[in-house]
Amino acid sequence: MSDIDRVVTVPIGPQHPALKEPESFMVDLRGEKIDAVRIRFGYNHRGIEKGCETRSYTQDLYLVERVCGICSFSHSTAFIHAVEEIAGLEVPVRAKYIRTIIGELERIHSHLLWLGVAGHEIGFDTLLMYTWRDREQVMILLARLTGNRVNYGINTYGGVRRDIAPDMMPEILKVVDSLEERTKHYIELAMREQTLIQRLSGVGKLSKEDALFLGTVGPTARASGVDRDARRDDPYLAYPDLEFKVVIDDHCDVYGRTIVRLGELMQTYSILRQLIKKIPDGPITVKAPRRIPEGEAVSRYEAPRGEDVHYVRGNGTEKPERVKVRAPTLANTASVGKMLEDGYLADLPIVVAAIDPCFSCTDRMVGVRESGTESRGAGRKTMTWEEVSRYGVEWHKARGLDFSSLGIPGGIEA
Amino acid sequence: MRAPRHHLGEMVSSVLGSLFRKPATIRYPYAPFKMPDRFRGPPKWESDKCIGCKLCSRDCPSQAITITKVGEKRFDQTVDLGKCVFCGQCAETCPRKVITMTPDFELAQIDKQNLKITYHASPAPAAPAPQPAAAPEPAKGAGEPTV
Repeated sequence: MSDIDRVVTVPIGPQHPALKEPESFMVDLRGEKIDAVRIRFGYNHRGIEKGCETRSYTQDLYLVERVCGICSFSHSTAFIHAVEEIAGLEVPVRAKYIRTIIGELERIHSHLLWLGVAGHEIGFDTLLMYTWRDREQVMILLARLTGNRVNYGINTYGGVRRDIAPDMMPEILKVVDSLEERTKHYIELAMREQTLIQRLSGVGKLSKEDALFLGTVGPTARASGVDRDARRDDPYLAYPDLEFKVVIDDHCDVYGRTIVRLGELMQTYSILRQLIKKIPDGPITVKAPRRIPEGEAVSRYEAPRGEDVHYVRGNGTEKPERVKVRAPTLANTASVGKMLEDGYLADLPIVVAAIDPCFSCTDRMVGVRESGTESRGAGRKTMTWEEVSRYGVEWHKARGLDFSSLGIPGGIEA
Repeated sequence: MRAPRHHLGEMVSSVLGSLFRKPATIRYPYAPFKMPDRFRGPPKWESDKCIGCKLCSRDCPSQAITITKVGEKRFDQTVDLGKCVFCGQCAETCPRKVITMTPDFELAQIDKQNLKITYHASPAPAAPAPQPAAAPEPAKGAGEPTV
């Protein structure tokens, strides 16, 4: 057997310079080529869903907003839609328009951020510097509209907390015009810059069939020719009144994902212009009850990274009984394994970055499977805090690290 | 799919153009920086108008607010800036609108205790000269929210 046929397993992560957040990729390599990838989550679990159940709806709004730093508005809006549906609240039209404006501005900053990160991952740092400089315009605009650069805190049950003053509308248009100019430049760049085209073409291939099979969402799916966008398929907020195109592409690789995101930016500018033209006058909020009645709701929101799904069950009290968050990265991670297969190890950072991953948004629950049980469900069990602690101590002890003397709560004595 | 080569690099013109432009960044902290008007900094109470309903403390997502009764209809308010997420829900909730969000953002501290800021109610009416409202407690070394 020659050396080239030998399979070498390289662990990438949970802590690795190529990753921005902890996640584990066990990469089986045959020479430089990737044979198979095993992906594992669970290094960034923050217990947000459980936290929501122990806090009131008002407090949850700010907690849910912090699921993700980039698409904070997406999560808060998806959550608030579910709660408003349970409570039967009819949000004023002006509030819906304001929410849509903020949501679309968020899409601009997320896509420009992604373009910069993608540039950085392929060693094109000039692109990173310029896109992030341009992105600053929209960040400052968001701070002026909402009071913060991220975690805007503009949503409230039954509407929005802050109105957009009429004199701010031309300011938004000014930023939109300036960014449209820049985006046109980036589109031209993506069409003509050889380093970019040759570095990204054919990297991270995902066919349409695989994208559908693996449940891929957002720009990643649309770049594989899947015509799916929650804004059009299940319209919410002001989207029924707006005209826009769902950008799809058939490159099925990282280059296609770049084209889709740039195309979506152009659509977003057109959406913002329509919103500012059509925004009606009127109240921005209706009174919402503190107690949310019994009931359950699922809401879909097209976040910049893909479809975000929130589930809320109310039980008639001030606190929800159950909150479930499905961040877009969770839907896209399965496809990363497929994209990496038969690719080169050196492509791993850009292929992973191309789905615009956010691993801490994704980590929702930690499951411990007993060794030897392969099927789902079998060997699954619920652990108390003491049991988890004991499990952790023993796990490390078996690997030569003894923490039992530290007096971990519920820990066992040595 | 090798496309015809147009230029050495598409971004060369932008890069060269930037040589003659002012930098996009500012020389903070040497140059002053101001957040926009709507910015939400640390909350501030007008202590004498507080009715002690504790709704702000109940709605606070990070449990950063404590309201203490110090006398007949007089209340002290403590906010822990180490916990505060600056969402401004307290100001939104307050039925008497005695909470405002201040524009400070330079809040770093060496000692965690200094992040706790207490606003005191004026002394009971018997006292001759009432202290100005909303003065941070000097004993704790809190001083102004920014140091």
